[in-house]
Amino acid sequence: MPPLTRTVLARLGGMLLTLFLASVVIYSAVLLTGDPIAALAGGAKPTPELIEQIRAAYHLDDPLWSRYWQWLTSAVQGDFGRSFVYKTEVMTLLAPRFGLTLQLVLLTVLIILVFGVGSGVVAALRGGAVDRTVAVLTSLGMALPTFVVAILLIWIFAKSLGWFPVYGEGGGGWDRVWHLVLPAVSLAVLFIAYLSRVTRSALVAQVHSEHVETARVRGIPRSRIFRVHVFRNAAPQILAISGTTIAGLFAASAIAEVAFGLGGIGSLLVQAAARADLPVVQIVSLLLVTIFVVLNAIADLCSALIDPTSVAGGKAA
Amino acid sequence: MSVAQIAGGAVPTVAKRAARRDWLFRGALVVFGLIALAALLGPWIAPYDSSALYVGPVNGASSLAHPFGTDDVGRDILSRVLVGAGASVFAPIVVVLLSTVLGLGLALTAAWFGGWVSGVVARVVDVIFAIPGLVIAVLAVAMFGKGLVAPVVALSIAYIPVVARLTQTAAARELGKPYLAALRVQGVSSLAICFRHLVPAMIPVVAAQMAVGFGYAMLDLAAISFLGLGQQPPAPDWGSMIAGGQAGILAGAPEQSVFPAVFVVITVLAVGIIGARVTLWAEEKER
Repeated sequence: MPPLTRTVLARLGGMLLTLFLASVVIYSAVLLTGDPIAALAGGAKPTPELIEQIRAAYHLDDPLWSRYWQWLTSAVQGDFGRSFVYKTEVMTLLAPRFGLTLQLVLLTVLIILVFGVGSGVVAALRGGAVDRTVAVLTSLGMALPTFVVAILLIWIFAKSLGWFPVYGEGGGGWDRVWHLVLPAVSLAVLFIAYLSRVTRSALVAQVHSEHVETARVRGIPRSRIFRVHVFRNAAPQILAISGTTIAGLFAASAIAEVAFGLGGIGSLLVQAAARADLPVVQIVSLLLVTIFVVLNAIADLCSALIDPTSVAGGKAA
Repeated sequence: MSVAQIAGGAVPTVAKRAARRDWLFRGALVVFGLIALAALLGPWIAPYDSSALYVGPVNGASSLAHPFGTDDVGRDILSRVLVGAGASVFAPIVVVLLSTVLGLGLALTAAWFGGWVSGVVARVVDVIFAIPGLVIAVLAVAMFGKGLVAPVVALSIAYIPVVARLTQTAAARELGKPYLAALRVQGVSSLAICFRHLVPAMIPVVAAQMAVGFGYAMLDLAAISFLGLGQQPPAPDWGSMIAGGQAGILAGAPEQSVFPAVFVVITVLAVGIIGARVTLWAEEKER
């Protein structure tokens, strides 16, 4: 088997095993509370009919492993069970909210990549005062959590200046983008600072390396040195961190969604947790974990493809 | 361990050496010291009762009587910020201590036994790492109810991977050194080697990790309180004050959100500067 195929298969296997174990952990949350019926009913009043309903829906009379397996297989097939607090199918709650979270995350990713990688590249290549300014700004950015940026943006741009809407997700198209700008910025600031630092240090490490020095001595044009010798070698590290960052955004978006009154899966997760609606919390957690693990694995594989030396047993190209 | 020890006593050499030459680090220590003092003495130095209603006007602006203004039910914001410092500072300390003990325990077990034990530890760490900290915390709240206890325990578990990976690398490096092999040949017991030589050698790395972890724990816990799942009203906490003041912003009284937010940012900045310096110290020790 070629080394690359072996790496891909090994990482895929590791990913599936991690996902499986994580799903066991999330499922066992019901058991850890001691009283599964009360936990599954959540804030809903446990009438005898409801208890019977829960018993049947969760096969509580079956052995543990069989129960877990039924929960997992139906979840994988898109049957997410029923919320006894919202009195509806979890899928009905989830489907429309997922789209909004996806839009918010995509806009945030765009902002993070443009400003994070952009400022990192500028800081690394210009150096001097520019580098120092970026360093100060990123230090500040790393201490600005989403909820703080959110209230500052609401105060300045929504309330005082009135440039952006305060709450809600608006209609479709550009109105939606308009409503998502402030939430996306609030979510992006901390990660821009982080990615900027990673990009800068990855690039600086390459700029001072021997092969770049050699290329410079050989008279290769600066732009080509940057593209082929500096950026390409720094790319796997930047990509790996970007992947982890983007993967984490789906969970982190909960804070921006709550701050700006957006109905995404993050705010659903928080509302469900506040009302102790465990079936909803479990499914949303499972979804967030799956997204997190799969995106991390993809980022991992992309770095491996760009940099063949990181493939186990592979030879440097 | 108390706040004061983390601020100064736990890392005496670095504090003294760096404080002599670096105003930024010294400033950060002073700021953190003051905030730690507020966390300890909050209820006694607060000018008003933090939960007393209508001690001032509704949504009052900053004034001499109420420097940080008053909130939507006329409570004094300065008093609430001072009293809220307790929960906002101590909860992250508990997270840092718990995750360090758990992570260090796992890492030492893995580094010491190696083989399949370290394989199992690596798998456990992978699984915890696969669940974002916020999700673990929210899951814990759904199971055990709102309040600070569930999120604190959940985040302590969520931070295990970072601590374990870092200390396992450090422990493995230390175990490879000849002096430990020499001690083993001399017949010194495993436990004695572990706790008299291995753990002390790892203090710089662990201290650096704790300082950095405190900042993250503080942000995560404030976020959970902001979401309404942490510290419950009427007890004040910076995160829940920021959330509670959102209506005030729209009513033209931004003080009630902005002041606690400023305190979160200042504390995290100060801790970040201290953490960076401790990390530098740990790296110097390693050489």
